[in-house]
Amino acid sequence: MAKQPLLEFTDSGIYCAKGKFYIDPWKPVDDAVITHAHADHAYWGHKHYLAHYLSREVLLYRLGDINLQTVEYGETINKNGVKISLYPAGHVIGSAQIRVEYQGEVWVVSGDYKTEDDGISTPFEPVKCHSFISECTFGMPVYQWKPQPQIFNDVNNWWRNNVEAGVATVIVGYSLGKAQRILQNLDLSIGKVYTHGVIENTNEALRRNGVILNPTERITFDTPREEIRKGLVIAPPSSVGTPWMRKFMPYSFGYCSGWMAIRGAKRRRAADRGFVLSDHADWDGLIGAIDATGCEQVYLTHGYTASFSRYLREIGFDAHEVHTLYGDDESIDTVPSETPVEEDGGITI
Amino acid sequence: MKAFAQLFLSLDETNKTNEKVRVLKEYFNSVPDTDKMNMLALFTGRKPKRPINSTLIRTWAMEVSNIPAWLFEESYHVVGDLAETMALLMDDNTTGSNKTLTEWIAEINDIAKKTEEEKKEWLLASWAMLDNQERFVFNKLLTGSFRVGVSQNLVIKALADISDIEAATLTHRIMGSWMPDTYTYEQLIEEQDAAANISRPYPFFLAYPIQETSEKQKSAEDLETALGDAKDWQAEWKWDGIRAQMIKRGGEIFIWSRGEDLATDKFPELHSFLNALPDGTVLDGEILSFQNGLPMSFNILQTRIGRKNLSKKILEESPVAVIAYDCLEYDGEDIRYKTQSERRELLEGLQAVTQYPEVFRISALIQFNNWDDLAIIRGQSRAMVAEGIMLKRKSAHYQVGRRRGDWWKWKIDPLSVDAVMIYAQKGHGRRADLYTDYTFAVWDGDKLVPFAKAYSGLTDAEINKVDYFIKRNTLEKFGPVRTVKPELVFEIGFEGINKSTRHKSGIALRFPRILRWRHDKPKEEADTIESLRALLGE
Repeated sequence: MAKQPLLEFTDSGIYCAKGKFYIDPWKPVDDAVITHAHADHAYWGHKHYLAHYLSREVLLYRLGDINLQTVEYGETINKNGVKISLYPAGHVIGSAQIRVEYQGEVWVVSGDYKTEDDGISTPFEPVKCHSFISECTFGMPVYQWKPQPQIFNDVNNWWRNNVEAGVATVIVGYSLGKAQRILQNLDLSIGKVYTHGVIENTNEALRRNGVILNPTERITFDTPREEIRKGLVIAPPSSVGTPWMRKFMPYSFGYCSGWMAIRGAKRRRAADRGFVLSDHADWDGLIGAIDATGCEQVYLTHGYTASFSRYLREIGFDAHEVHTLYGDDESIDTVPSETPVEEDGGITI
Repeated sequence: MKAFAQLFLSLDETNKTNEKVRVLKEYFNSVPDTDKMNMLALFTGRKPKRPINSTLIRTWAMEVSNIPAWLFEESYHVVGDLAETMALLMDDNTTGSNKTLTEWIAEINDIAKKTEEEKKEWLLASWAMLDNQERFVFNKLLTGSFRVGVSQNLVIKALADISDIEAATLTHRIMGSWMPDTYTYEQLIEEQDAAANISRPYPFFLAYPIQETSEKQKSAEDLETALGDAKDWQAEWKWDGIRAQMIKRGGEIFIWSRGEDLATDKFPELHSFLNALPDGTVLDGEILSFQNGLPMSFNILQTRIGRKNLSKKILEESPVAVIAYDCLEYDGEDIRYKTQSERRELLEGLQAVTQYPEVFRISALIQFNNWDDLAIIRGQSRAMVAEGIMLKRKSAHYQVGRRRGDWWKWKIDPLSVDAVMIYAQKGHGRRADLYTDYTFAVWDGDKLVPFAKAYSGLTDAEINKVDYFIKRNTLEKFGPVRTVKPELVFEIGFEGINKSTRHKSGIALRFPRILRWRHDKPKEEADTIESLRALLGE
């Protein structure tokens, strides 16, 4: 009889039968290990959660009163004889790869990750393993990111020009991750940074967690519009086209996402400016990260899984495509309500 | 080239008309006159001939980017644009180049005559010196269509602003056959138009549609309110053929299609009547296939449009004639300033004396006393092999481009069927990486037979939902095509239906498009192939 694999792909999520726990499950389970606090990875309803300590406040803010245990990177937890430890994934603040070891066999679940140091998330660290479960959101060779300083140079120049032209600057990015990355890389000599409530809630949660962020001001009913025009507004994707945003007219609206690399995608979003900035690894980043694990098998969970796994096989990896419910946190396309990727509604209790 | 690449990028970066015009003006003011004309040529569809066939370009791009052919193809499906795919797949290290657009175009025209090795050497060297954005634009010049997110009107507006020549005049001056190496910027903007070429057509005047949906028809009162007294209007059938402008000047004849293609050779049947016209005559009308004095469906005409050589058989099977409806130049004078009624009178005069009344026809005026009359007459459109009715204000001048107010097209309702989506493919341009091209089927017994492809008609929000469905309900993949679980039902509208030996279903539709998503219909209630055949009227 074939040996049961250490991690399996089930209807509820990635499961470790030996350790009796799940990683990023999408159905309610007893014991969940969470890679990061994005809604398609951290669902409500589990009896016990294990996550990195920098995810703590955001998880509590989003999921309410959950039974949460947190750990540092590199710290080892034992569950029924299976050793679990977390390593930095570089995706967002507090994001982790989950290393699982049993009798010398090592599996690593990447969650979402990027290989470039964004200056605020603990940088990605490759972890040696036998089997690697990787995302591949941008697993096509057309996705090749430029270094972050080049992108933020463009962002700051755009902001400066808008201030001169007397139009407000609205920049859209995911409320956990992209928003803070933008915030920390703005040239604050240009003006003040204003935030949408959803983003400010996340900022506050992170500050409670001891993360030091640049100063921001939450936009309220009373915030004077003339002041906003001189500053920059960070808003979540869900606010695009809402009356809330229209109040800033005239404004220039920029969107930060890896999808902006493609002209068609950029035109579809009808943003004034599209900045190619992603919290996921690009093509070279993915291949480099997979190679660095020295793994014998690699499983691709979400993204361009079919073509990426085929390519990996052609260059000598034992690569497999698996089906999960992890979504795309960089898209602002409207998705049907039954999808589990909407994150900007705030607390889901 | 840097300025041209930047122009592209800047145009992409804004959706605001004023901003686009500003960007265009900035470009015009910053480049030499030869570059202005080259840019104008490119933006008005006058691209250099393809110097290298696209299979070779692809092969060399794969070599440079070092990926297997299948992955190149997949990348192309994700990006939806070949030029962009190739640019994205290459390293962004560049040696830099300061060549102007004019110099690049000259090189492109030059390389066409060289050997394959020379072409390859030139192309690889060119890629190596251009940065990502320049490379994209450069690839656009070498391959496929050159479409930009900016209308010709905006380019003209920018040009009018910097040259102080009226937009309508400029629109006219850039019509017809010219190339940037023979037509200079000075000639374009001079006070008196000395460079006029005898082949140059006038800009077409286009009608605005009277909008209505199958649920909400326009009543006679609605028309009265919108258009005023019926007596101020002239009505004709809206013919379903090829819009054309026919020119007789200096003993020569020219036939221009609306796409500004010179199509004189495509319609030899029209040459005798055109040659017999007085010099200095320009007519506007519709070319259609005729048989026994009756227009035939567009389908018949279509069979001969694409042909390089018109065989005797084709000329016999689908002979063409013109239904003329306007006269733009009379006795060498541009008479577009005259009223519709005045121009009509001159046209009637020309037609009355023709020796070729079988080929030079005139669009009959529909007699009607009020809008109620006309609404009833419109119901006979299909019997007349017409698409509906054209309304033209009797006092209107012949204007430039699509203008609201004086010319209206009032089409009949499209035919429609409810069909099930069975295949999907990714779109291009702004629909890249989204499943937007669908194939629809109707029931033939218990089987679904594909009968039409349609791309347009859904809103962006609906497209996203359909895309989401397709990605999660794919049964099989054949290259870029996905077989989708048959479940979603759509109402497909079309203008005409014909028998076809080339399609499995045995029918071909004209202008199929999605009218709406029938959330209310299960797939079992979609239409049958019999109901489509019934529409063939056999």
